[in-house]
Amino acid sequence: MFMKQLKVWLWTALILLPGIARADLEFTVSSNKTGAQPIAIVPFSSNEGLPTDVASVIEADLNRSGLFSTLPRGDMLERPDDPSRVDFRNWRAVNMENLVIGRLNREPGSDRISSRFYLLDVVRGEQLLAFDMPGVAPDQLRYLAHQIADIIFERLTGIRGIFNTKIAYVTSSGFGPQRSYQLVVSDADGFNPRVIASSKETLMSPSWSPDRKRLAYVGYERGRSGVYIHELATGQVRKLISEKGINGSPAWSPDGNRLVLTLSYETNPDIYLFNLQTGAKSRLTDHYGIDTEASFSPDGQSIVFTSDRGGQPQIYQMSVNGTNVKRLSFEGKQNLDASYSPDGKFLSLVNLDGGRYRIGILDLASGNLRVLSDGGLDESPSFAPNGAVIIYATQTKTGAELATVTTDGRVKQKIRQSGEVREPSWSPFVSK
Amino acid sequence: MFKQVLVISLVAAGLSLSGCAGKSKKKTNTGAASGSSSGLSGYGAADGGVNGTGLDGGADGMAGAGGMGGVGGAGVDLASKRVIYFEYDSSSITAEGQTIVAAWGKYLAANPSARVRLEGNADERGTREYNVGLGENRGNAVQSALAAAGASGSQISVVSYGEERPAVPGHDESAYAQNRRVEIVQQ
Repeated sequence: MFMKQLKVWLWTALILLPGIARADLEFTVSSNKTGAQPIAIVPFSSNEGLPTDVASVIEADLNRSGLFSTLPRGDMLERPDDPSRVDFRNWRAVNMENLVIGRLNREPGSDRISSRFYLLDVVRGEQLLAFDMPGVAPDQLRYLAHQIADIIFERLTGIRGIFNTKIAYVTSSGFGPQRSYQLVVSDADGFNPRVIASSKETLMSPSWSPDRKRLAYVGYERGRSGVYIHELATGQVRKLISEKGINGSPAWSPDGNRLVLTLSYETNPDIYLFNLQTGAKSRLTDHYGIDTEASFSPDGQSIVFTSDRGGQPQIYQMSVNGTNVKRLSFEGKQNLDASYSPDGKFLSLVNLDGGRYRIGILDLASGNLRVLSDGGLDESPSFAPNGAVIIYATQTKTGAELATVTTDGRVKQKIRQSGEVREPSWSPFVSK
Repeated sequence: MFKQVLVISLVAAGLSLSGCAGKSKKKTNTGAASGSSSGLSGYGAADGGVNGTGLDGGADGMAGAGGMGGVGGAGVDLASKRVIYFEYDSSSITAEGQTIVAAWGKYLAANPSARVRLEGNADERGTREYNVGLGENRGNAVQSALAAAGASGSQISVVSYGEERPAVPGHDESAYAQNRRVEIVQQ
């Protein structure tokens, strides 16, 4: 029944979505803009009549990062699309440091749009980079714009951009018998949300495969939990495991061949490894406490997990074969739901102190914990694949919402959306 | 809001119970027939598929549902006393919980083909997956207590929903107290 419902929903979603670029999530950057680099993104020439204003998507991306402050179009004294037509005085006059110009080009004999853009240093009056972007279909122009924004971002900050990534999250609506749950994938800026799974039964814990092609998650059917794997390209869903008791908290190994997950069918909640090829399970922990929320290190050698074996839930680390268990968290009353940063040097986690659950970042080398968020019930932290931002779920007066914070704590964003939204999971990069 | 829900659910429970006796063997998908949608949170109706694996035709389940009031005995109306509440950070059964367990244990002992599912829940504090563990602790505590009161293990299954199915909305102590619970759902 759940599977039938799932398939109906998927087809419905596919029919409804093509060509619709609307955001159910709306970002507000709430940090101040001092230190933000002033940059102008000139509207690309030959953009008329196309479904996406490429320059405005780039602008929105750079603004949303909190590291850039873009020039309003009304203040632009010229609109060049080629470096030979740029008069740097016009840009120094409005205090710009950098300038992006570009043009789109409809390829003859096809509907594809190729483009060329330039990044210029206004202060020194020189070109920093020029790119020819490969042709894309008109409905992919948003993604082209995100790629350009990523290139500009990385060139100017040294940090790899995450504008062309995706997020998965869970929404629910209604209460009691009317309650329904959806698993949604959208662009990182909230556009193009697509319902991946829909159910009247609980959905939780979405987790991206390292190749970004699959999502593992927890679902319930007729009073039993199960771990499911959803193939994003085909919409195929596979129920991986549904033992008696808990089937929860799936997380992928870096090679994509195994899941670490929580099962309680043998005694009580413990961490298991599940081989996706062979279906073989191996048990990693065997303790009478609750062991859950396991996560692989990027080098595949270690696993962190939550355990209340010491009384209160804390973060522990073990080797991938279950040996060498050691406790990592010591601050506050509880620490839960840890996962590694992409470089393996930090853990994001949930810390309970003074009655407040907040997002923290733990430096593995020093053991130092920094609290990054300021809610009372903040949870589900997930690193962006560049390791520079964390998305998480928070409670506000208006309900359950998503928010992001940079790992240095400087830039915060609240994300407004319709419905109760939680359990965000940031996708990996498309390719290395 | 909670009181209204309670009243409506109890009325529905009363209606479904009275409608149960004398119904044919065929089990339908409404949930009302098996009585699993009655009660405080009303989540049972969302179960989808047919309940009662191993209860062919559900005749025994029907008789059980119809006869629940009588078998309950000791003045405990099983239909309305099927939720056991817990203290914060605890899976110990309180005195009030013990009364409910005793009544259900006796009922299950007297009706060997009756089945229940114990649904464990936690309040929203803490992380979601850890709360699934807490909910299971509570479900298991009730299962042990029912077994001690005479039920057989094969009559009971346990599932934990963690914090995912609160009985009441709200983010204060009163809401939390009503969400830390195990619900006994007739199969």
